[in-house]
Amino acid sequence: MSKRKYGLALSLVLAASALLGACGTDKDKEKDTSSSTGGNASDFSIAMVTDVGGIDDKSFNQSAWEGIKQFGKDHNMSEGDGGYAYLQSKDDSDYTPNLNALTRRDFDLVFGVGFLMEDAINTIAEQQKETNYAIIDGVVDQPNVASILFKEQEGAYLAGVAAALMTKTDKIGFVGGMEIPVIERFEAGFVAGVAAVKPDLKVDVKYTGSFDDAALGKAAAGRMYSSGIDIIFHAAGGTGNGVFSEAKERKEADKNADVWVIGVDSDQYEEGKVGEENITLTSMLKRVDVAVQDISNLAKEGKFPGGETKVYGLHDDGVALADSRGAIPQDVLDQVEEYKQKIADGEIEVPEFAK
Amino acid sequence: MVPIISIILGLLVGALVMIFSGYNPVNGYIALWNGIFGDAYAIGETIRQISPYILAGLAVAFAFRTGLFNIGVEGQLMVGWFAAAYVGSAFTMPMYIHLPLSLLAAAAAGALWGLIPGLLKAKFRVHEVIVTIMMNYIALHVVNALIKTVSGGGFKTEKIQPTASLRSDFLSNLTDYSTLHYGIFIALSMVIVMWFILEKTKTGFELKSVGFNENASHYAGMNVNKNIVLSMIISGAFAGLGGAMEALGTFGNMTSRGGFTGIGFDGIAVALLGANTPLGVIFGASLFGSLKYGANNMPNAANIPLEIVSIVIALIIFFVASGYIIRVAILRMNKKKEAK
Repeated sequence: MSKRKYGLALSLVLAASALLGACGTDKDKEKDTSSSTGGNASDFSIAMVTDVGGIDDKSFNQSAWEGIKQFGKDHNMSEGDGGYAYLQSKDDSDYTPNLNALTRRDFDLVFGVGFLMEDAINTIAEQQKETNYAIIDGVVDQPNVASILFKEQEGAYLAGVAAALMTKTDKIGFVGGMEIPVIERFEAGFVAGVAAVKPDLKVDVKYTGSFDDAALGKAAAGRMYSSGIDIIFHAAGGTGNGVFSEAKERKEADKNADVWVIGVDSDQYEEGKVGEENITLTSMLKRVDVAVQDISNLAKEGKFPGGETKVYGLHDDGVALADSRGAIPQDVLDQVEEYKQKIADGEIEVPEFAK
Repeated sequence: MVPIISIILGLLVGALVMIFSGYNPVNGYIALWNGIFGDAYAIGETIRQISPYILAGLAVAFAFRTGLFNIGVEGQLMVGWFAAAYVGSAFTMPMYIHLPLSLLAAAAAGALWGLIPGLLKAKFRVHEVIVTIMMNYIALHVVNALIKTVSGGGFKTEKIQPTASLRSDFLSNLTDYSTLHYGIFIALSMVIVMWFILEKTKTGFELKSVGFNENASHYAGMNVNKNIVLSMIISGAFAGLGGAMEALGTFGNMTSRGGFTGIGFDGIAVALLGANTPLGVIFGASLFGSLKYGANNMPNAANIPLEIVSIVIALIIFFVASGYIIRVAILRMNKKKEAK
């Protein structure tokens, strides 16, 4: 008796799944026609694939997505097929399928955010010559790929100058993600900036080996603050969120604690809020959003810089220091401005590699 | 019967989660289905994803049968990955030597990583769970350091030579440029190898016997310590081959990693789902691999955020794993009916 019932249930489920499967293909077809007839105001569409940090990493990926959203808003595009979209990667084996999925949805320009995607973009660009790709922080030599690099060292240099001028304990820390060329540029610039103001001050450099492990960042920050360091610059994506939470905990426990964090990539002021106080000294902006919009605009105008490498630095606002909202006094800001001028004039050459 | 009810229950609860968070579960599951079987490309990628899962599952299952809990599959897989990527890129030789040699290097590296906890367990009775967990971290950082060394300060190894690659234009064309490679056949043949060792050889009998009861096996004149070491070596070799799938098939090189791949840990669940039998591992790996790959299509086609998708997938696996509860429930229901 019961066996028969289960058999019935099973066949019902099978029937349902067959029906659903049929629905699926119908739906896809519908979608295809609607996008080809152009539901969007613009016939240009862009998309991006995130690195493993995720779309809300409060730094790098998020910044790229803001850029894409802004571009969409400026050109009257809507989110979805034919407009703009993103896909998140959980794992490095997701890069290729994600890039492929967006290519198949006929986006004109697909951004790969992060140097780890170099290989995946290189492969897919060779297969799909109709689509344009752009890689951030990496270089891929293909006629339909634009490579975007930043002079992180220039922005980090200014952060280093500001930190050296602001520290009371004469101890400064740097928390990095993985030891890769991009992050090493942050470190090199930061250390050089500190040395420019206080040559004897040795920056405590710690690489956590990860971009998505806040616990590691918290542990590193905990050790540094306990050793008397009062300012930490982090270039560690999601791992850096741990640096913030450690600093905030210390500030909560003791209102007069001298703990500061210099944020990275986006303006991380919101991250540093502790009641009325804020432990964000400033943030080193890496305007991924500016670069994304720039490349998108070029592509839209038919001037996509395929096969080229574009480098964004201080002079074109690719990197900058964020508004400190009073955390840094005006006289220090003036000094930072002087250094900025010197870099822009080429008087100071910021090293790209850590010693 | 029970596994099917489990999957349906998992899907239903997953649907509730989607409804409560404001997404359409029908669209979601259609996207999942299409993500797994939708077209040639999806099928290719799904199979590609399944291959390392089979090997990781075999590694866990094999050690289990000897009564060992090998949590170190993750680390063994990573050293295997590196070994295959290194041998695959550093040497030039004809394919019929190069490819087997790269695979062998991966298996040997994994075996070595399994040998250490095996020896410690056999000689000093150090519990293998502790040692293998720690060996995972050692593997992660040693491999990262090795990548840096062999690439001259870089963060990834050179691409492997075509003579060491498991990829083929044939499979690639067949599946519309997916990353499908011949690794699936290696994985499946290893399933047969495991079955053969366990069921058809004297060694396999001894290994299983040690798993059932160490003392009885010892009393029967078997060398328990030798079997523990051997089991860990074979288990590690399976895991190492799983790494070779990534090195010689999916990626073609190895990039320094910020964290674990997760394949080794999922391998534990794969083995348990498959009741530690060779055939069961294939089913476990297929379920894990297709859900993991297909899930990517849910944000893509149905706009469901990845976080919700992860919950739904976890629920499905949870219900499949808790088949026992369902079996008990069915039993109770039947009893009640009989009472009436």
